[in-house]
Amino acid sequence: MANVRHGTVKEPFIHITKNAAMPFWKGLLIRASAVIAAFILCSLLAYFLIGANPGEFLKTFFEGNFGSNAASAKLRIWKLAKDTAILLCIALAITPAFRMRFWNIGAEGQVLISALASVAVVYYNAGRLEDGPLLVLMFIASIAAGMIWAVIPAIFKALWNANETLFTLMMNYVATFFVAYCLVKWTPNGSSVLGELKTGHLPSFGHDYLVLILVVLVTTAFMFVYLYYSKHGYEISVVGESQRTACYIGINVKKVIIRTMALSGALCGLTGFLLVAALDHSVTTTSVGGRGFTAIIVSWLAKFNPLIMIGTALLLVFLNHGAGQLATVFRVSFAFPDVVTGIVIFFVIGCEFFIRYKVHFRRKTRTAQVADNGSGGGGGALDSPGDNEKPDIVPDKGGKLK
Amino acid sequence: MEYAEGRNIPALELKGISKSFGTIRANYNVDLELMNGEILALLGENGSGKTTLMNMVAGIYYPDEGQIYVDGEEVVIRSPKDAYKYKIGMIHQHFKLVDLFSAAENIVLGVNDGNKYSIKEVNDRVRQIADKYGFNIDPKEKIHEMSVSQKQTVEILKVLYRGADILILDEPTAVLTPQETAKLFAVLRKMKEDGKSIIIITHKLHEVLAISDRVAVLRKGEHVATVVTAESTENSLTEMMVGKKITLNIDRSEPHDVVERLVVKGLSGHNEEGLKILDGVSFTAYGGEILGIAGIAGSGQRELLEAIAGIYSPEEGEIMYRDPKDGSEVNLRKKTPLQIRELGVRLSFVPEDRLGMGLVGNMDITDNVMLRSYRSGRLMLLNRNDPKRLAEDIVKDLEVATPSLSTPVRKLSGGNVQKVLVGREIASAPSLLMAAYPVRGLDINSSYAIYNLLNEQKERGVAVIFVGEDLDVLLALCDRILVINSGRVTGIVDGRTAKKEDVGFLMTKSDGENVSEGYGTAGGLGSFGPEGGNA
Repeated sequence: MANVRHGTVKEPFIHITKNAAMPFWKGLLIRASAVIAAFILCSLLAYFLIGANPGEFLKTFFEGNFGSNAASAKLRIWKLAKDTAILLCIALAITPAFRMRFWNIGAEGQVLISALASVAVVYYNAGRLEDGPLLVLMFIASIAAGMIWAVIPAIFKALWNANETLFTLMMNYVATFFVAYCLVKWTPNGSSVLGELKTGHLPSFGHDYLVLILVVLVTTAFMFVYLYYSKHGYEISVVGESQRTACYIGINVKKVIIRTMALSGALCGLTGFLLVAALDHSVTTTSVGGRGFTAIIVSWLAKFNPLIMIGTALLLVFLNHGAGQLATVFRVSFAFPDVVTGIVIFFVIGCEFFIRYKVHFRRKTRTAQVADNGSGGGGGALDSPGDNEKPDIVPDKGGKLK
Repeated sequence: MEYAEGRNIPALELKGISKSFGTIRANYNVDLELMNGEILALLGENGSGKTTLMNMVAGIYYPDEGQIYVDGEEVVIRSPKDAYKYKIGMIHQHFKLVDLFSAAENIVLGVNDGNKYSIKEVNDRVRQIADKYGFNIDPKEKIHEMSVSQKQTVEILKVLYRGADILILDEPTAVLTPQETAKLFAVLRKMKEDGKSIIIITHKLHEVLAISDRVAVLRKGEHVATVVTAESTENSLTEMMVGKKITLNIDRSEPHDVVERLVVKGLSGHNEEGLKILDGVSFTAYGGEILGIAGIAGSGQRELLEAIAGIYSPEEGEIMYRDPKDGSEVNLRKKTPLQIRELGVRLSFVPEDRLGMGLVGNMDITDNVMLRSYRSGRLMLLNRNDPKRLAEDIVKDLEVATPSLSTPVRKLSGGNVQKVLVGREIASAPSLLMAAYPVRGLDINSSYAIYNLLNEQKERGVAVIFVGEDLDVLLALCDRILVINSGRVTGIVDGRTAKKEDVGFLMTKSDGENVSEGYGTAGGLGSFGPEGGNA
């Protein structure tokens, strides 16, 4: 007996072991509680920093996405769907490259250059062609531009093993300055503001955003099948996991890298085309507005699964809209909404730890347990789960702040 | 109580140690005692929990249950640093060294003894320790310039430098030639005389019998028994280890209807570092026989097989493959794996690096089985039905232990990973089957399953090329054995009549000096002398 006690006293307070595969619902539960905990923390923060009571905070957040009355609700929800679709489309574009472990962070530039290509077609057409053939030309130009922008780093990677991350990043700057140059050239008054183009608009069936959303949904389904059920998708996975295995089995690694990046670029091209033909009808250096980078988070959070990406894209746009509303209603700087977004993403990523690992707390001997129960009812935040199997730490973090 | 007399207190004692990873139970209620100044062999099949148990002593893992005592005192070992505090040091199977650092720099890395760092003093102390135990090593030499056995020496010195009294060696002989093993054992005996307590993990029974004082046997994570080595035999240990008696004989049938399948002539090439790794290799492999390839690790075995498989392109020579159907010949040199397949060459290859080359660790069994056949069918889409059926057959026929077909192969144990790989390679009905170290790291039962599969292929008229490291196995399994030494073929011997010493001599003869660099100049190893070669 003395021996046993001796042993348990020396056991460290916390130790961590790997978790076996977890049922899907349990993982979902942990992720959902992480989001809830993050919102609890954010509303507390809002209370202390900007004096908003938690109820008001949450209300504002939801109004930012779903509106406060029936009229604004319709508008806001369409906007939510539209922004989600654009973000999702870019995320879909980078995903095949990411599954190949080709870290393409150049979606920003690839989308921008293809938006520019569409605008260039409209600009130089100067009203000669009808919208039908013009749209086809725009589409082709955008796809080609996106592909070129993506394939250049791919060729350098395949032939000379040049670092794709730096290369694609640099291509972003080239794209931005190229757009700036074209704008100066196309605006004789020197304003660099092109204004809305009069031709080359995609037809709207019922709603301006409908075509865009449908195209992205079809693309999502296509990419899911492509990545999981096609030979190309399989080759991408093999190359991503191990180039040596790919060589051994006779996959032409160079070809797969270039082909996959061409697809990646083509999808960025599609996004650029949609941005111009369905939404903006113009281009500026900030047309993509950082979404090329946000898409990386979308893709990664979804573990590169196109179907799950619908959810992660929605989450990020939801946060963005809600936080924007906060800034307007409470008249705080945009830094605060960014803090909120950051906290939620941090919790969502952080909860993966509790899905992968199990946290064990020091086990108490029977005698020690009695003593502990007496004194430690409301003990430290980490104490309460005790021998409980659930690594239910997230809500505790919220509680800790009280 | 019984520990009252000071000298009987074990140097290390484990009581009721358990450890699980998820649902997999690696160790359960293990008791173990290591006495002062003894060499204890830890024996067990693959996946019996030997390394996990020792990792808990070395501070890599923390036990779920149980206690560890050092010199009778209970201790908590949470990190390798804690382990060093209690003078426990582990030499891992995979070396953890910085390639660009010198031996001494690696040894002193992470040591914080309060003294001012002086590489000169470190060099001197390393030299002292090396001299004491008979290691031959230059503290200033860089790791990347060292042979495998020298690297192992550095790992051992690293542990000794930190003052370890309890040394744990995880399969130290797996990477060594017989000569190097003998020298390592000599060093271990010296350490034992010096009062060190040593635990050595190994699969090889003859080594257990040669070096240890006592043997602790683990089976399926549980401690079966600890016995005195002098009272044990290979058979009694095997029985304890596997739980039932198994025959140690490999059935070898006489080759019949042998036909030339592969004629290699004058194959030469350099590796990435620009060293000549193949030097005029010529041989013929026949359908219906097993051709063994013996050699010290890194003598060009890998490049030879990869050249045949189209992964590595040697600069000179030819690799003529003769089609078993029409006798037509085709040169495989400088063809890609895909071109080789498109030529209709039915070549299967079980590479040395299973998860890094032969399989994709994160993919499930079905997707891995599909690697060879995914291109079939004209559609862009994959057909997973046939691979799934094949995967089911492999799992059933080869008794692969797996929760399901959708388990990623990296989660399977080494033997099961190998069964999936070999099963897939055999499934494509090869006419030439190459296997590099197919039983490395496998337990006895899995090894025999692999030998039987190779023998079956041989009986079907397949030309089997088997690269092995265990000479006993090579001599029991192969019809002929090609010995490769620094990229050159130093002999092709008959597997039925050749002696182990002959093969050992051929493996080492041209650059014998190089081999003995690792451990002193102790020349006590006469059995592989030149006389053996004349036999």
